[in-house]
Amino acid sequence: MTTMHEITLKVNGADYACEVEGRLTLADFLRHQINLTGTHLGCEHGVCGACTVLVNGKTARGCLMLAVQADEAEITTVEGLAVNGELNDLQQAFMEHHALQCGFCTPGMLMTLTELLEENPHPKEQDVREAISGNICRCTGYQGIVAAALAVAEQRDC
Amino acid sequence: MSDNQKSGVVGGNYRWVGNNTRRPDGVDKVTGRARYGDDMVLPGMLHMRMLRSPHAHARILSIDTSDAEAMKGVKAVVTHKDVPDHPPAKPPFGPAVSDFHDLSRNIMAREKVLYDGHAVAAVAATTESIAKRAVRKIKVEYEILPHVLDPYEAAQAGAPILHEHQFTLGLEPKPKEPSNLFRTLGGEQGNLEQGFENSDLVIEREFSSQPVHQGYIEPLACVASSSEDGAVELWTSTQGHFVARTLLSRLLNLDMSKFRVTASEIGGGFGGKTTIYHEPAAILLSMKTGRPVRSVMTRGEVLRATGPTVGSVCRIKIGAKKDGTLVAADAEIWYQAGAFKGGPVARATDSFFSPYKIPNARTACHDVCVNRPKAAAYRAPGAPMATWAAEAVINELATEFGLDPVEMRLKNAVKEGDTSLMGTKHGRIGCIEVLEAAKNHPHYNAPLKKNQGRGFALGYWLHGGGLSSASANLLDDGTLTLALGTPDIGGSRSSMRAMAAEELGIDIELVKPAVVDTASLGYNHLTAGSRTTYATGMAVVNATREIIEKLCSLAAFKWEISVEEVRWDSGEALPADKYAGKLKPFSLKQLAKMAPGTVGPIAGHSEINAKGAGASFCAQISDIEIDPETGGTSPVRHTVILDAGRAISPDYVEGQMQGGAVQGIGWALNEEYIYDDNGRLLNTGFLDYRMPVASDVPMIDTLIVEVPNPKHPYGVRGVGEPPLVPAPAAVAIAVENAIGRRMGDLPMSPPKVLAAMDAQKLAAE
Repeated sequence: MTTMHEITLKVNGADYACEVEGRLTLADFLRHQINLTGTHLGCEHGVCGACTVLVNGKTARGCLMLAVQADEAEITTVEGLAVNGELNDLQQAFMEHHALQCGFCTPGMLMTLTELLEENPHPKEQDVREAISGNICRCTGYQGIVAAALAVAEQRDC
Repeated sequence: MSDNQKSGVVGGNYRWVGNNTRRPDGVDKVTGRARYGDDMVLPGMLHMRMLRSPHAHARILSIDTSDAEAMKGVKAVVTHKDVPDHPPAKPPFGPAVSDFHDLSRNIMAREKVLYDGHAVAAVAATTESIAKRAVRKIKVEYEILPHVLDPYEAAQAGAPILHEHQFTLGLEPKPKEPSNLFRTLGGEQGNLEQGFENSDLVIEREFSSQPVHQGYIEPLACVASSSEDGAVELWTSTQGHFVARTLLSRLLNLDMSKFRVTASEIGGGFGGKTTIYHEPAAILLSMKTGRPVRSVMTRGEVLRATGPTVGSVCRIKIGAKKDGTLVAADAEIWYQAGAFKGGPVARATDSFFSPYKIPNARTACHDVCVNRPKAAAYRAPGAPMATWAAEAVINELATEFGLDPVEMRLKNAVKEGDTSLMGTKHGRIGCIEVLEAAKNHPHYNAPLKKNQGRGFALGYWLHGGGLSSASANLLDDGTLTLALGTPDIGGSRSSMRAMAAEELGIDIELVKPAVVDTASLGYNHLTAGSRTTYATGMAVVNATREIIEKLCSLAAFKWEISVEEVRWDSGEALPADKYAGKLKPFSLKQLAKMAPGTVGPIAGHSEINAKGAGASFCAQISDIEIDPETGGTSPVRHTVILDAGRAISPDYVEGQMQGGAVQGIGWALNEEYIYDDNGRLLNTGFLDYRMPVASDVPMIDTLIVEVPNPKHPYGVRGVGEPPLVPAPAAVAIAVENAIGRRMGDLPMSPPKVLAAMDAQKLAAE
């Protein structure tokens, strides 16, 4: 019989109290247990970065972390970026700078860049490239993504 | 931020076409709302897992599924016994091979397993973890057979044979022994021997490359649901749900009309999602259990069991005059089709020499079965490796003659009226315009630093047209829905919407495009071959023009004049001729409101077989810096120049150019399939199958050349595939130029580069 564990956590500002299996990953918990399917799984071994979420403000791989490890944590997923039905500046910039094609890597890219722009409000191009070097995009050649991040940094400065 | 530019023969003044517009799929994709293959959940859904072969080549002696079936939570198991068998297809074969004997065995091994990862059985259970455990309880007895991975070795006599019923096509008399060589395609013109004799210099080289995967980030995922009346609903991540319907219906012997296939939002494909893999097993399990069945592949399964592009072995010989005139060219390439025939040999024959007029030329392209997953299309299938060989040798000839490589190409460039070796007679094409643009680009003559080399390559791609359908519905409030049947993989919803809004003369935001299911629209071929904006775009233009005709009729009816006396301009019906200026125009919005009370609903639709897609050309300039200590390679500058015909949505076109270039960088420098001595794939994850990340690549400069295609209402040529065609070539040539030595084997990974540099030092000493 599988042992269940109780966890309480905040996801995108909402409180959850759930029973989870010990081996359940955070990504599967988000996707299947609370139906936040914006967090994507591309490799399930921590390389592609599509499942990146913020755990207490820091990026984490949803596929490499267990749901039980997120007990009492505050999680932000791509669904939590838009505020009051309005896209945030980074989401807007992704649309304007053609930072996505198929869109599958996009949630992970957005979360990684959210952290970068918090920690380093004035990144250089190379800083952006280094920051997203743990997120694979096969469509864009990264150009639009880098451009979007730099544009947001500049905008926030004004 | 775009410092990208456009040049060429641009014409036409449009409001939406040729301008960047707000993307129609953007909000869903930046909020996590877009629904991909793995995001579909149905009530009572079961989870499928597959048992896959651990052997490269083995006879299946027995499969015992009883222990798995006895597990609590397991609802059904399927093996080849549940898959209808089909006889081998008979010749003649077209450029693309369709054989249900092969397909039925590729989706589920029957007599033998033919590659590591080959599907052997599938389990449906109430949870994924039960399904995983059940798979391990299936007992399979194998008799291991010798295997072969290299296409050249596999084509020789005495190689382990994959298919005892396969005899090389086209040989007289019919061979007595079966062969892994399925067929050889090629073309010949002029007199090769004489051509080489008349050349001032002949250069001969050999090249080889490893298979590389399309590397889409979304693993394959589907949900199948069949009902008691034989109907099948399928949700799947695919580049062609209509094609999936055809394949499934024929494979499973079910009426086509019983299927309703819906394409999920697709997380990349690049050709890799143009066929079916796990869908038949999911459908069969759903039929057995009466419940929906979901299958999501792991990344390891995607790499082991879905088609990468072909690896290759190539020999090439080109002769030219001192002034740069190409006189004779001969190329032979062996392509790894994988476990079943059907490598992209027809495309290779078309790719070697098509940018040039060469009076004496021959190509031979061998389609060879080996113990690897069956190759699938990958962005310009068959073209990049053939292009690499030809372009590398042409550059060497230019160097030997002291000629500028672009000037030498211009001297031989194809133009309107020329015919390719494979018989394509060119209409208006932009080979010369692309070369001129490359020559004039600041990158072309920019100085290089120490340890850097530059590569230049030109690529050719003959675009697809084919079957497309579209329907447009005008709604009472003056907005328009567009129903499309080609999955949107690179931005087709945006370009379709731009063309529809342009035709109607209305605000682009009033048009809402959607990819609809197979029950809702006429047939559509794949989103592949760079055909969608061209062919589906034509269908959309036709459908909207039908709406305009109907709106003009409605206005004529209201004005009580003849429809010939009404014209459409900028979103309005205007009285023409003798009534011009005498009646108040009706806007589209007014007419849409009138329609329900008068003529009824207004819609347009179009079903076409689009011809005349034509060729386009792409040139790339790549600068690579070598680390002399490690053999590491860094792309430091890269420029892509492409004839788009007309860029409907320039930002999407630039995205295609940049994405294709980066895939080419990966192909040339890092990516490869690595097998152990037993034919097992070793690098089954993204950690070891290393694709370029942002810090590996520079900004990719783009230059869109526009030589409109006269066969398309807006001049479109496809843009998906050409950016990959010359990319590996430009990068590989840059590496060779940086170290001053030929390598000829992809990927040019650090150990190989280091070895080549050591050899170069030795040679110098």
